[in-house]
Amino acid sequence: MKATDRIPHWADVTLVPLVSVALAFAISAILIWAIGENPWEAVKLMVEGSFGSSYGWGYTLFYATNFMFTGLAVSVAFQARLFNIGGEGQALLGGLGVALVCLYIPWPHWTLALIGAMVGGAVFGALWALIPGWLQAKRGSHIVITTIMFNFIAASLLGYMLVNVLRPQGTQDPSSPRFPPETALPSLHDILALVGIPFSRVPPVNISLLIAVAMCFAVWYLLWRTRLGYQIRAFGESEPAAEYAGISPARITIYTMLISGALAGLMAVNSVLGEQQRLVLNAVEGAGFIGIAVALMGRNHPFGVFLAAMLFGFLYQGGAELALWTGIPRELIVVIQALVILFTGALDNMVRIPIARLFAQARARGR
Amino acid sequence: MTTTDISPRTQTSDYAIELRGISKAFGPVQANKDISIKVRRGTIHGIVGENGAGKSTLMSILYGFYRADAGDILINGQATEIPDSQSAIRAGIGMVFQHFKLVENFSVLENVILGAEAGGLLRPSLSRARGLLKDLAREFELNVDPDARIEDLSVGHQQRVEILKALYREADILILDEPTGVLTPSEADHLFRILRGLKEQGKTIVLITHKLREIMDVTDDVSVMRRGEMVATRPTAQTSPTELAELMVGRKVLLRVEKPPARPGKTVLQVDNLRVVDSQGVERLRGISLNVRAGEILGIAGVAGNGQSELLEVLAGLREAEGQAQLRGEDLPLAGPGAGAISRRRQGVAHVPEDRHRRGLVLRFMAWENMALGYHHDPAYNSGPLRMNNAAIIHDTEAKMQHFDVRPPDPMLQAEGFSGGNQQKLVLAREMERNPEILLVGQPTRGVDIGAIEFIHQQLIRLRDQGSAILLVSVELDEILALSDRIAVMFDGRIMGERQPDQTNIQELGLLMAGMT
Repeated sequence: MKATDRIPHWADVTLVPLVSVALAFAISAILIWAIGENPWEAVKLMVEGSFGSSYGWGYTLFYATNFMFTGLAVSVAFQARLFNIGGEGQALLGGLGVALVCLYIPWPHWTLALIGAMVGGAVFGALWALIPGWLQAKRGSHIVITTIMFNFIAASLLGYMLVNVLRPQGTQDPSSPRFPPETALPSLHDILALVGIPFSRVPPVNISLLIAVAMCFAVWYLLWRTRLGYQIRAFGESEPAAEYAGISPARITIYTMLISGALAGLMAVNSVLGEQQRLVLNAVEGAGFIGIAVALMGRNHPFGVFLAAMLFGFLYQGGAELALWTGIPRELIVVIQALVILFTGALDNMVRIPIARLFAQARARGR
Repeated sequence: MTTTDISPRTQTSDYAIELRGISKAFGPVQANKDISIKVRRGTIHGIVGENGAGKSTLMSILYGFYRADAGDILINGQATEIPDSQSAIRAGIGMVFQHFKLVENFSVLENVILGAEAGGLLRPSLSRARGLLKDLAREFELNVDPDARIEDLSVGHQQRVEILKALYREADILILDEPTGVLTPSEADHLFRILRGLKEQGKTIVLITHKLREIMDVTDDVSVMRRGEMVATRPTAQTSPTELAELMVGRKVLLRVEKPPARPGKTVLQVDNLRVVDSQGVERLRGISLNVRAGEILGIAGVAGNGQSELLEVLAGLREAEGQAQLRGEDLPLAGPGAGAISRRRQGVAHVPEDRHRRGLVLRFMAWENMALGYHHDPAYNSGPLRMNNAAIIHDTEAKMQHFDVRPPDPMLQAEGFSGGNQQKLVLAREMERNPEILLVGQPTRGVDIGAIEFIHQQLIRLRDQGSAILLVSVELDEILALSDRIAVMFDGRIMGERQPDQTNIQELGLLMAGMT
């Protein structure tokens, strides 16, 4: 019996990630101190910058919304033991879907535009994930390889579409025209104003945040309350057992990738429709990859993803503040984020095994 | 290698191995508790115990895979530290593992010298090994073609290579871990002749097994382990299988279940000329025909790997095949739509797979989630087209766990948290409580403790007497003989013959299992 098996569930989902994050922050603090800055001041700046004002909160929540969508996309796939690295490409294609829906269909009101954009983003993202999913299910092409390659293809395809199809005549900027004003989504400022809570109107956080939170719940419901979710999890835990139960590996692979791609594609509703109001070349900005870290840290559980997305939203916004107000270079912020990923994802057992040992000792003493 | 380490195995004690107070814990689990044992030189010493009793841990300590938390190891009367397997070899200990550690695409000779080469050049070692192999073949019936590749050898021959490897390293003490699990009865007899020959040469042999018959046949002394403790050591001549079984379990057990005569009804399953070619183009089933009637148990005997697994998979809808099959007179598709596991279950075919860890259970699923495995389409387990009725499944699981005496009766416990016997009871509860037309059951008691074996056998006979047909595949001949109403023997993808259990014996079945008619 492995010592790692003997860790209580609550400690596994709270203590292990918290200790990992604490370690990552500790090393980051040493790094900041080593380049001659004050770590304590840096922490204060990051926390104030991201949670100290409704302006900061707005940006933190905006980033977190992106990460929730991509984190959920990776989590759903990973429940079926499919490592979908293609969230980036699927979100890019989702952006294309959102843009086409918003530009070519005249929407009378933002509510309808939102539904249309969600369908467009989800369908394009899902179809982009369907191809690697189909290749894995029917041809055995490894999904890690194909989804990575499809990120590059997505970027090239988007570039082609923007330069040759969507770019308005006479501009040099490879981006789509602005979406019609009827499609503009209400920001958090507008929503909170309805109930009389003042909130900064500057940050791009918008109604997509609520959709992302709803998606966390929906994914939880899918995985633990529906038959499809049961089949996805059974397939992910043991392919031979799933086969034995009559669950078709090919079908589950394809369904899972469709759902995963759709969730990644939905991210574009927040970034393309909610923030930019047009499609630009770099609409995803690496959020597809951050989604992997978010899913790892959130233990592929939707509620974990929600919390991890908030943490990475904080790191993004706090990091931007640091770069703005201190001599800490932008690169170091990336290093801090990387340390968090390293400790929560890759070095998981470094924390888990000592904690398991502590629990074993405590149990032995209690006897 | 320094000579002082190996050669002076001075005969200062009557005991080849003496363990004093060995303890070993893995986290909170105490695998070995204060174990003391003496193994007389020049004897065959059996160690029996249920799965998880700590036999393998103890032998791993002796072979340097684990270090004991406490206790002393004396080899030939001298206190010996065994921090790794190299030290064990230097102390004269050789080990034959249950799962062989051979390089498949190397020749026998190359495998024998692997890790014990005399220098940078292979030729001197190879010729020395060739000479030694010739001597050993003559002396102990240990004949293996030195130039054959391992992958071309039968399992019995591969095992001989493992023994040769140990002897080449001048082992005086040979430990064999469940050596007969993969052998036919005649191969097993051959192995025991080899072991007796080695014993006569003064070697000491430790035999780990769960088969009491082998213990009675070949050992001089036997030690029994239970829950990490050494509960008894007896001269074999002064004990009996019944006493040993009781010592292993800690209570009285029935070694053979009460079985009223079968009252077979109509034919439930009829199979004709079943053929399976696997993905490598090897023919796994070469024209299997059989029938199973309601209220009877057809036992399929055979050495593992002779097509029994494929037969089960075909009938359970996990593998496509050519041929005809009928269930209660209706055609059972063997390929294409309608040949899948879900359709089979709908038609009343239940399946207890051979490997419950790989197929029968999702180990990280809770017990109730496992209860729905394969039956997740059951309307009683669902509410609406998408939603599963978790509460109903949990409720059903509680009832089934109680009925099958699964311990602990906690539907929220993950499957991996149950003991082997209780895991198997979970699978059996799932498959048997639906009163199937036919139950396909593979190795129902593999890795299951004796107490649970008794219960499982009773349940199978109960299902039979309720009118289900049962197709039983097992590599344990004792189990086949105890349960079957008819016995079919498989060899190389064919059925070699059918026998009545009361009109045959192990020798005859053994010959059939080896392909001789």
